[in-house]
Amino acid sequence: MDAFIYILSWALLAGGGFFCVVGALGLLRMPDAFTRLHAASVIDTLGVGMIIAGLMVQSGLTLTTARLGIILLLVFFTSPVASHAIARSMRHRNVKPVLSEDRTGEGS
Amino acid sequence: MGQVISLAIVLLVFWLTLSGIYTTFLITAGVISAVVISALAHRMDVADQEGHPIHLGLSAITYWPWLVWQIIRSALNVTRLIINPNLPISPTLTRVRMTQKTDVARVTYANSITLTPGTISVDIEGDEILVHAITSDNATDLEAGEMDRRCTQFEGSA
Amino acid sequence: MTMFTAAALAVLVSLGLALVRVIKGPTIFDRVIAGNSVGTLSVLLLAVIGYVFGRPEFIDLAITYALLNVIGTIAVLKFFRYGDLGAGEDEAGS
Repeated sequence: MDAFIYILSWALLAGGGFFCVVGALGLLRMPDAFTRLHAASVIDTLGVGMIIAGLMVQSGLTLTTARLGIILLLVFFTSPVASHAIARSMRHRNVKPVLSEDRTGEGS
Repeated sequence: MGQVISLAIVLLVFWLTLSGIYTTFLITAGVISAVVISALAHRMDVADQEGHPIHLGLSAITYWPWLVWQIIRSALNVTRLIINPNLPISPTLTRVRMTQKTDVARVTYANSITLTPGTISVDIEGDEILVHAITSDNATDLEAGEMDRRCTQFEGSA
Repeated sequence: MTMFTAAALAVLVSLGLALVRVIKGPTIFDRVIAGNSVGTLSVLLLAVIGYVFGRPEFIDLAITYALLNVIGTIAVLKFFRYGDLGAGEDEAGS
């Protein structure tokens, strides 16, 4: 059982670290601000989710797990709000996204 | 009234989780804080169905696991795009119609779109959400309306 | 190397990459996006560091950072849009 918990939290922490690095790499590689938001949301979802889950597995049924759960919920509820605020403020500032297809019919 | 009582319970649980030291004084202080804040929220009219939607609790049990599965799927998809040396993205701007009636369900839908990597809700215009998708496939998936249907169900089964 | 050190190193590398984007810009929105990611990553780093040093109290700091991160991002955006943090509801609504 201990070995199982050990392997599970190793896998979750390593996976979370991988997705953090991938998200940050996406921040550097993506061509414009809108696409960079997509890369940042990989960090906010899988990166945070897997690392926090790995820590939760490691500490078992304790108060620490409950606190980690609060962090997880906070990040999951607030990160879309921040992303949406950024996207909306870009639109109101008339930042044109680089598009390969526009289905809104307003032309960009 | 149900909302006010449930808000007080949630606040007390939050206090106990953060505190971790269970002496009579600290628990009493927590109870008093929770009651006072709930009373203030009741006076300010923020402890209503919109501010504290407990009536959606049951449908959240079926909606959230589906949402988590969608998040994992599209995050892996975006990861594949990022580590591909050619960066095969095709950014698309589209509009999707939302069929939800209450504000809570609409916020849930727009936030679910944003939380899923690959799609971001940019603006809300009447009954439509302006969505930026990283590939045209992501936009097509969203236009198919599965998430919209699930959100309406999430609102309706309450 | 324990698993916590490995995770902390991965988060540190991501922080470095995000900082490069903060410095390079080019627009203020790129900086805000990268700054928001730096905030999220520092929450993770605090949580993991607590385990590296065996001091779970660091998680309380992480909760505070998570709360401040979103407020900070929205404050920067609001200031950038109106040049004033006290802009009212009627101006903000659109």
